[in-house]
Amino acid sequence: MNYFFQKFGRILVIWLPLGWLLLFFMLPLVEMINVSFSEARRAVPPYIPAFQIGSGGFSFRPVLDNYLLIYEYWEDYLWPAINSIRLAFFSTLYCLLFAYPMAWWIARSNKSIQHILLILVLMPFWTSSLLRMYALIGLLNPNGFINDVLIWAGITVTPIQMMQTDFSIYSGMILTYLPLMILPLYASLVRLDVSIIEAAADLGAKKWDIFRTIVLPLSIPGIVAGSLLVFIPAVGEFVIPALLGGPEQLMLGKVIWTEFFRNRDWPVAAAIAIILIAIIILPIVYARYQDRERIS
Amino acid sequence: MAPFIRIQNISKKYGKLLAVDNVSFDLEKGELFSLLGPSGCGKTTLLRILAGFELTTEGYVEIDGQDMVDVDPADRPVNIMFQNYALFPHMSVSNNIGYGLKRASLPDNEIKSRVSELLELVHLNGMGERKPSTLSGGQRQRVALARALARRPKLLLLDEPLAALDKKLRSETQFELCKIQEQLGTTFVVVTHDQEEAMTLSTRIGVMNNGKLVQVGTPNEIYEQPQTTFVADFVGEISFIEVTVKEQKEPYWLMQGAVPIHVSTGAKFRINQKVNLALRPEKISLTSKPTGKINEFPVEITDWAFYGAGTQYRVVGPGGINLKLYESHNLPSKSNARQPETGFINFSPDSIIILER
Repeated sequence: MNYFFQKFGRILVIWLPLGWLLLFFMLPLVEMINVSFSEARRAVPPYIPAFQIGSGGFSFRPVLDNYLLIYEYWEDYLWPAINSIRLAFFSTLYCLLFAYPMAWWIARSNKSIQHILLILVLMPFWTSSLLRMYALIGLLNPNGFINDVLIWAGITVTPIQMMQTDFSIYSGMILTYLPLMILPLYASLVRLDVSIIEAAADLGAKKWDIFRTIVLPLSIPGIVAGSLLVFIPAVGEFVIPALLGGPEQLMLGKVIWTEFFRNRDWPVAAAIAIILIAIIILPIVYARYQDRERIS
Repeated sequence: MAPFIRIQNISKKYGKLLAVDNVSFDLEKGELFSLLGPSGCGKTTLLRILAGFELTTEGYVEIDGQDMVDVDPADRPVNIMFQNYALFPHMSVSNNIGYGLKRASLPDNEIKSRVSELLELVHLNGMGERKPSTLSGGQRQRVALARALARRPKLLLLDEPLAALDKKLRSETQFELCKIQEQLGTTFVVVTHDQEEAMTLSTRIGVMNNGKLVQVGTPNEIYEQPQTTFVADFVGEISFIEVTVKEQKEPYWLMQGAVPIHVSTGAKFRINQKVNLALRPEKISLTSKPTGKINEFPVEITDWAFYGAGTQYRVVGPGGINLKLYESHNLPSKSNARQPETGFINFSPDSIIILER
């Protein structure tokens, strides 16, 4: 009886989350792929599914038109794609530069206050990200708080343009994604044994040398994990560039949104999304594969 | 001539806690000095002061005539081997050992030849490309030793160097460590809580308690002539008898506790002075019948333990004095022999340690 419950419990623990993922993550993704190979039409839904199950069994008629269309007008998509990667890349970099010293400081502070500091890091997640973006707009606007202070202090006469610039995008991105960078960095830095750092100092290494030869290499797993956690959602980010960016900051997320809701061209929108996923996933899969090759 | 290493009036306070309390001692070049004491006695703090990781509240350290007070750990002619070895997990054995040499900006070919010399010294030839995680505990310990020796420090500090090894490996490594130390002539300071380790390794031992250095001496002096009850009790097995000085009966002093005891010593006492007598277990003989020797009295055997090379007994004498004694098996010990329940013990008047009470 006990054995039965043990076995049943194990099955439940593994299969319940897996079932959830299959149902609500894999199926929509497959549906998205399905849509991307479908033919557009003016109806509800606005496409003829490539794969469908009906009264006459199932049929599979994929069309490549959507991908060909993107290929044909590639110049229209290239710029937002480059923009997405550029903004996501620098957002990740800035997050890393901000997060590293913070993670180090938390990992090296007194054990009793580490938990409090980590909760403070997560605090922004407790408010809606949309709300935080509007708060940021309030700060960065031409008649926002920062410009008011600068004009009052006599540092500038006319308001400084901060909205609709890369600066506003990066501000929003860092505000949103910094905790996702800090946590894995903290996890890898807190495991670093103090005596290893002391050993390096004892063997003649100065501060910068210790960082370069000991701390940095040993925190690479944290850097990689944090960078992936920030870069992947940042590439497809829609809300931040939509609210804080201008035409200069057009990203693929916005393009997909336009195709879906303005042009009601679901198949093309789905195709762009699939290409975006491929662009992000393939290098990671390749890197993992290389890693495994190297180990074995 | 000034001593090679001079440690003068060192104190270290953490808030109100006095971790090291006015410690002074000198070291000769090539000595292997052990700091022995229970955990929390301040020996590790003292070691960290010598390495430069902790600043002293008072006092100073001088190495080879050079004041070390303001010298950074990186610039001291001192290296330390950590208890957990603190090897760099992402570097090969060779890069671990060569790390300090690289910081000293030595040319690559010289680093290479020094590293292979060191690998040879610690018997790790051909292991240079391995990662520390693929080595056994004993091998890691030797990498740590080679790494600490690489910069040819004037003083090498070892924090519990053998604590992480199993018993068999420990005694082997002990002799290996002594051999390397003699070969190189480097001055070693070893921190340990294991009195046996301190005995076998050191030329001299400093016993610490509550931040104070309570006695410094050769292993023999520490064992045979402890100056305080703490040292006598901490180092080796010992039994105490409380007595009062009665009279001087040349060549002995007669002291009265539960039984009269004759003590042979050069020291002087007042009549009726209260002292503690201490006896090492191996100094006491156990016989089944009285022998008529001096300092003999009957005992009841309460407990015994077979150690292979000998047997340890716990006995209770007249007036309830508890004594531990050790009988080595000069002849093959008989198995299943029924242990006697009573007997007689005696000990020589000059094998008694006299301590203040």
